[in-house]
Amino acid sequence: MSQATLRIQKISAHSGTVPGEDTQRQYQVCKLVDTTTCIGCKACEVACVEWNDMPFSPTAFGNTYQTMPETRWNYWNLILFNEHEREDGTLQWLMRKHQCMHCAEPGCLEACPADGAIVQYTNGIVDFQQANCIGCGYCITGCPFNIPKFNNVTKRMYKCSLCADRVSEGLEPACIKSCPTGCLHFGSKDDMTELAGIRAKQLRDHYGYDKAGVYDPPGVGGTGVIYVLHDATQPELYGGLPSNPSIPLAVKFWKHPLKWLGNIAMVGGLIGLFVHYLKFGPKAREEADLAPKGGA
Amino acid sequence: MTNGWVDIKNADMILVMGGNPAENHPCGFKWVIEAKRNRNAKLIVVDPRFTRTASVSDFFAQIRVGTDIAFLGGLIRYLIENQRYNKEYLVNFTNAGFIVDKEFKLPEDEGVFSGFDEKSLSYNRATWNYEGSGGKPAAAKPGQPAGLPGLPERVDFDPTLQNPRCVFQLLKAHYSRYTPEMVERVTGIPREKYLQACDLFTSIRKDGDTKKVATVIYALGWTQHSFGTQNIRTAAMIQLLMGNVGRAGGGVNALRGHSNIQGATDMAGIFDNLPGYLKVPIPADGSFEGWMKRITPTPSKPGDWASFNYWSNTPKFAVSLMKAFYGDAATKQNEWAYDYLPKVDRNYSWVNIWDNMYNGVVKGLFAFGMNGVMIGPDSNKNIDALKKADWVVVGEIYPDETSEFWRSPGITQEEMKKIQTTVYRLPCAGFAEKDGSFTNSARWLQWKNAALPIPPGCRSDQGIVAQIFLKTRELYQKEGGKFPDPILKLTWAYTNPSDPSLAEVLKEINGKTFADAEDPATKQQIKAGQQVPSFAWLKDDGTTSSGNWIYCGAYTEAGNLTMRRDPADPSGLGVHPNWAWSWPVNRRVLYNRASCNVDGKPWDATRKQVWWNEGTQKWAGVDVPDFKADSHPKDHMGPFIMNPEGVGRIFGPLGAFADGPFPTFYEPVESPVENNLLHPKQRHSPVVRRYKTPDDKYGSVKDGYTVICTTYRLTEHYHYWTKNNPMNVQLVPEPFVEISEEMAAEMGLQGGERIKVSSARGAYIAKAMVTKRIKAMTIDGKKTYQIGIPIHWGYRGIAEDEGKTAKTPVNLLSPTVVDPNAYTPEFKGFLVKVEKA
Repeated sequence: MSQATLRIQKISAHSGTVPGEDTQRQYQVCKLVDTTTCIGCKACEVACVEWNDMPFSPTAFGNTYQTMPETRWNYWNLILFNEHEREDGTLQWLMRKHQCMHCAEPGCLEACPADGAIVQYTNGIVDFQQANCIGCGYCITGCPFNIPKFNNVTKRMYKCSLCADRVSEGLEPACIKSCPTGCLHFGSKDDMTELAGIRAKQLRDHYGYDKAGVYDPPGVGGTGVIYVLHDATQPELYGGLPSNPSIPLAVKFWKHPLKWLGNIAMVGGLIGLFVHYLKFGPKAREEADLAPKGGA
Repeated sequence: MTNGWVDIKNADMILVMGGNPAENHPCGFKWVIEAKRNRNAKLIVVDPRFTRTASVSDFFAQIRVGTDIAFLGGLIRYLIENQRYNKEYLVNFTNAGFIVDKEFKLPEDEGVFSGFDEKSLSYNRATWNYEGSGGKPAAAKPGQPAGLPGLPERVDFDPTLQNPRCVFQLLKAHYSRYTPEMVERVTGIPREKYLQACDLFTSIRKDGDTKKVATVIYALGWTQHSFGTQNIRTAAMIQLLMGNVGRAGGGVNALRGHSNIQGATDMAGIFDNLPGYLKVPIPADGSFEGWMKRITPTPSKPGDWASFNYWSNTPKFAVSLMKAFYGDAATKQNEWAYDYLPKVDRNYSWVNIWDNMYNGVVKGLFAFGMNGVMIGPDSNKNIDALKKADWVVVGEIYPDETSEFWRSPGITQEEMKKIQTTVYRLPCAGFAEKDGSFTNSARWLQWKNAALPIPPGCRSDQGIVAQIFLKTRELYQKEGGKFPDPILKLTWAYTNPSDPSLAEVLKEINGKTFADAEDPATKQQIKAGQQVPSFAWLKDDGTTSSGNWIYCGAYTEAGNLTMRRDPADPSGLGVHPNWAWSWPVNRRVLYNRASCNVDGKPWDATRKQVWWNEGTQKWAGVDVPDFKADSHPKDHMGPFIMNPEGVGRIFGPLGAFADGPFPTFYEPVESPVENNLLHPKQRHSPVVRRYKTPDDKYGSVKDGYTVICTTYRLTEHYHYWTKNNPMNVQLVPEPFVEISEEMAAEMGLQGGERIKVSSARGAYIAKAMVTKRIKAMTIDGKKTYQIGIPIHWGYRGIAEDEGKTAKTPVNLLSPTVVDPNAYTPEFKGFLVKVEKA
């Protein structure tokens, strides 16, 4: 991979042409997380914090092995631990690496009103550009996975960048590099999809997981992070992974029909203003405004 | 490990018991995942808790703490009954057909083998022997009078395994009482579930299949019991019965808890060993010759078999060791400086050192690379012992519980003033600031470079030790002393004597020759002054030196082989012959002769490790054959060349074990079960002793201690060290106790509430983690609770210093009870009571 893969193809709230829009995408990058071989060691959590030079923040005991209840602005990668009792009485301790899914149709980007605060590169990475972020938090509404997090001090939003800096130099993301069991893989979306399919089939054929499958939800156009699940019919068990995520209707409505309506309303308002001006001229000062105020 | 980390990828079946490798060895655990991903291998986990390892297993059974021998004994019964063993392997490569002494008696209801002496709580092991003729009388050993018969030279043997006194029939009789019903009552694993586990594990030998392989992986969950050695032995016996030892993807595999624990053991980390597992001299040996006579075995086997008996080379290794210690001062005339060696007259193991300090015998302690107060059982006793010591020297990079033992909870300011112990804390270097070799669980010596310079004011460990030595030598030079020679004559030929380079030390450990030599077989020659290429070159005439015979070959004329980093693996079996260096002689799988059948053909043609080459009349292979290179299969030489029998020991004869030639189920010293259901008249191991100071207290159900407690480690922390590192503290900020939902409901307890766990010795306070991963168990019809505590917190550390924890080390709870063979404390199972704090 080279810098070419970091050409932008989508920009939030951008009215002009998008520089990489008609670029032929050579391939989309993808992380494969095989939850069936994850041992919850948290090496990926540590690698993420260290590579991104994130400051530590205090944690508290939460009756779980999970580091914290959810990701933070300075903690982008979190393994979710869930104890699940199956119908046959056997126990599962499900561990899922939770981070930005890098949706092909990113709800955050869709919802973002700040020009260039969120971009999608031609390789599929969805990246926040804090320099352009206005901290409005609309991306939170747009995200079906509860990923973007607000930093109270900088007043900006943060999330996993899929190590765009590493990927652009031909390296794998830090989390992938640190994984000791090989439950994390990185490559093209096509290759990862194939690998995930092979693993899911192995789980069905040899390990008795009849419902094993791949999570790559179509509601957001597919994702740049895909999962192999023991039971693909119940993604909710893995710390509330939505079974059919989509961009909230309000965001879609707001950014498409409503946006135009708003624009029409705004332009209409301006026209009205102009007409009003022509009709009534500038506003005259009223006597009361000129009169001296009592007291002081 | 008989095998190695990478080799696990060759397994078809993996049993993890007494270990939690996904938690404690996440990097090595990748090879279990590889076996699952690439071979459809099955992973069975048997543990008191549903662990991280269990989370990726294919079969999990929750077992009562300390009942592994009942589980495994039942498995032996099952695999014999269902013929899931490898008969050819069993008859030819183990002592299954050896006939045992007529006077030998199984424990049965009595629970003790023949020869038990109630007064001394020890065995006269004379009857634990084979029938046969010839052989030498065994010399004295600690706790064992001299003059007992040795192993017979010619052993009576029944290849049909039908003789009622043969090992196989005795084994069958011994475990006949370990029925699935019994196993259920003892371990708490329901009969059906237990039978499923037995069937799954032994399925590799179904219908006479000898191709597939199973491995057994364990760690401290097996060793830290008053019958720890026997836990491991039971597994070894199962692996021998199924023919899994010596084979790629098989073996009995100990996962070492730290980066260099294997190295520490190899270099005489245990008081009764010298480097390379040579047994230390005892006063009764009298002379070098007497010492050699006692520790050098002679062959003992059926008449028409051959036995390599590799330990017959012991004198070569011992003389070379003495030459490494004393150089020119070790001569034939002075019996290779035998008098300079300390003679071990008693048990100097860990718990005894602290017991002796408590009793005022041990006056001072050097604690390097460990946190003495925290790592032993019964922390209060250790702290009380340190109060009585004259001095303690701690080499560390952080202030720790040992160097600040006087800060332990419960010691008042007034009491602190009365403590007279002088504490010296020496600033050491951290692991990334030192070079040297690590010996991993797979016996690989891997060199590492220093990543950072040692900070100003700190010193390397070897620098500190060297300077203490040089100062001591100076004092002996000046003042003479009672016996200065052992110190004055020690070789110390390092370029920088006050901070020796570890490369020089490794070179010295490898050893060199003082005279030109030639290998008669290969005509290879080495010149005087050169490094010896392997231990086959070591001599007992004083012309070679070696600081540890098993490390011979690590640093040869070809250089420091532990630095090799060639990942190539031509065979695809994970041998990686040019990656680092593995003891012995770069061999990756021990006993690999057993990967072939009697005729020298591999059991599985797809996993060919070594084989007999009829053309060259030699053993060949992708690994270094663990065998006499030119021993024709017709000679019937046994593959277990380190045993005088040449075969694997299903029956451990004579002095091999203190507590029995067959593993026998005994309750842990603190157990909620009043009777040993399997051997009713003997509840605990008959040879386990209790310590007698006022701090050595033992609890029972009668005193209200009804809950079983076990201890363990977490991935997120490293021992008692990372509590000083903000990253690790962020991952797991506080101590906790894992308890079942059922127990919490009974106590009206929510996760996150503080609880107090008390044993007869002390109390531990932390938050409760209420989980589905530990269940209440039914043991012999009675509901029984187990709880678990990770060990990583104490009274110094980030959370501790911020006042966020109760500052109670978990080993305040654990008892001073040790395994009679390895002297490992019983950290893994003891009794407590639990209440809200």
